[in-house]
Amino acid sequence: MTIDVDDSKRRDFLVLAGNAFAAVGGAAVLWPFVQQMNPDASALAMASIEVDLSAIKPGQAVTVMWRGKPVFIRYRTPEEIKAAQDVNVADLRDQSCRNDALPETMPATDADRVKKGKENWLVLVGICTHLGCIPKGQSIADNRGDFGGYFCPCHGSHYDTSGRIRKGPAPRNLEVPEYSFITDTKIKIG
Amino acid sequence: MSGPSSYKPQSAAAKWFDDRLPIARLVHDSFIAFPTPRNLNYLWTFGGILTFFLVAQIVTGVILAMHYVPNETMAFDSVQHIKRDVNYGWLIQPLHAVGASFFFLAVYLHIFRGIYYGSYKAPREVLWILGVFIFLAMMATGFLGYTLPWGQMSFWGATVITNLFSSLDGVIPGLGTAIVTWLWGGFSVGNATLNRFFSLHYLLPFVIFGLVILHVWALHVAGQNNPTGLDIKQDSDAVPMSPYAVSKDVFAMVAFLIPFAYFVFFMPDWLGHADNYIEANPLSTPPHIVPEWYFLPFYAILRAIPSKLGGVVAMVSAILILLVIPWLDTSRVRSCKYRPIFKWCFWAFVFTCLALGYLGAMPAEQPYIFWAQVFTFLYFAFFLIAMPIVGIIETPSRLPRSITESVLGKNGGGSSLPAGAASAPEKR
Repeated sequence: MTIDVDDSKRRDFLVLAGNAFAAVGGAAVLWPFVQQMNPDASALAMASIEVDLSAIKPGQAVTVMWRGKPVFIRYRTPEEIKAAQDVNVADLRDQSCRNDALPETMPATDADRVKKGKENWLVLVGICTHLGCIPKGQSIADNRGDFGGYFCPCHGSHYDTSGRIRKGPAPRNLEVPEYSFITDTKIKIG
Repeated sequence: MSGPSSYKPQSAAAKWFDDRLPIARLVHDSFIAFPTPRNLNYLWTFGGILTFFLVAQIVTGVILAMHYVPNETMAFDSVQHIKRDVNYGWLIQPLHAVGASFFFLAVYLHIFRGIYYGSYKAPREVLWILGVFIFLAMMATGFLGYTLPWGQMSFWGATVITNLFSSLDGVIPGLGTAIVTWLWGGFSVGNATLNRFFSLHYLLPFVIFGLVILHVWALHVAGQNNPTGLDIKQDSDAVPMSPYAVSKDVFAMVAFLIPFAYFVFFMPDWLGHADNYIEANPLSTPPHIVPEWYFLPFYAILRAIPSKLGGVVAMVSAILILLVIPWLDTSRVRSCKYRPIFKWCFWAFVFTCLALGYLGAMPAEQPYIFWAQVFTFLYFAFFLIAMPIVGIIETPSRLPRSITESVLGKNGGGSSLPAGAASAPEKR
């Protein structure tokens, strides 16, 4: 029995279509087993927290836990705000505002790292961008480094009153998480 | 194994590797070119189905273990967390739970096939014994796994089954209690018990995997049995495993997965017990403690015997007796197809097992106890009376001369056209 060309083309098509279907089926089976390792609904639910700021006085700072990380909330004094605004952005090591609410290309001006009308509130992720230690500066007695902001004791990174890296090995400014004022005295982070 | 290897490496790289680790040759010889009897029916597809389910249970189980917490305060909630919060947890958990039930369904069909066709008889005794060990390991794994959700049935089933060992106090005073305390890690089933049961539940499937490798190896030494019980004597008796047996296995696997999928998606809890959705309460025993369906026949045997130690011995014997059936059966003919009396005994045995299963689910009261005792007797009678005696007294039906003859008929193997299909060529 000879196999003529039409039959072998049909067979080729069937083999190809069958294999393609099997590949799609295989991917469909595999996907849930891969996706189950991504954060589950309970982890995603902890993704946002609300913080009441009414008890914080000027010059005072508070640390809260968000997504397993420390978040520094500081009620800046007018001197701290002015020092931050007076810095020439072109001199900074990291030019990006590092604000999760804004594109990375926005400049590291103090205005782009706080909320308009609420410049006294500084909200930062308290993790040094070098190797991940928690910088000092939240407590009254802490060493706040050469620029009056934060100082990381692990390898000597100095951050200013807007949380931007000024001296030391850290490559980037401290991250500003996404947050918004839901009332005048309450913020929602994340 | 039949004859020398027919594997030919297809590339220089394949030949290089074959000279160093001939694994492609092993796969080719065992699963591609392997001569498989041409008359296998669908009852022979359950080996492949069982292997698939073992792998599926391991994969879904390892994933569940990423989210499950084996601590008595958190276990129950962690199972709910998997079902509700974990991505696709609603799918993965029932795949595992229903998978266990279908794993046992397949193993029972596989075992009954073995009994009916005499697959336990020489030279397949070790193959059969390995199978019994796999069955025992499966039962242990299933028991351990069922305790993990820490529902009422989990807890009380664990209490009842571990307490079985206390019957040994009747043999050596204090021995049973010492063993039970040792199993529990405490004075009752508790956190220590749960933690170690989780560890063992993770371990045993890999023991099963090793036993399965030995089981398949032993199978390949003797070759598969087949519905006639005759050996492969000529080339026409067999077909290469690939594509014939492989495609039959794949088709059967898909067919088996359809009812499996129906349970997983539409009634995942139907085979379970509602009481396992109640958190374990050490101070309250449920009114109706039953194991999962696949343990019910043995549970019926346990409860049928009025003595505590007697019940345990009977239940354990009911499983261990399987080990010796190659020597209990005196028949020179393998397959029940050609054993007119024993075939009848086999079906009575199947009915007995189903009856025991039903009775195991019933409360431990009359008339169920009486009937459980009747069927326990019949269960053992099949092995201890029917197998030795019927093999001697029955006259087997006439066996075909070969596997080929059983498939193609007496005149088969000659012409390639079936009788009556000859037609004149077109005269146009």
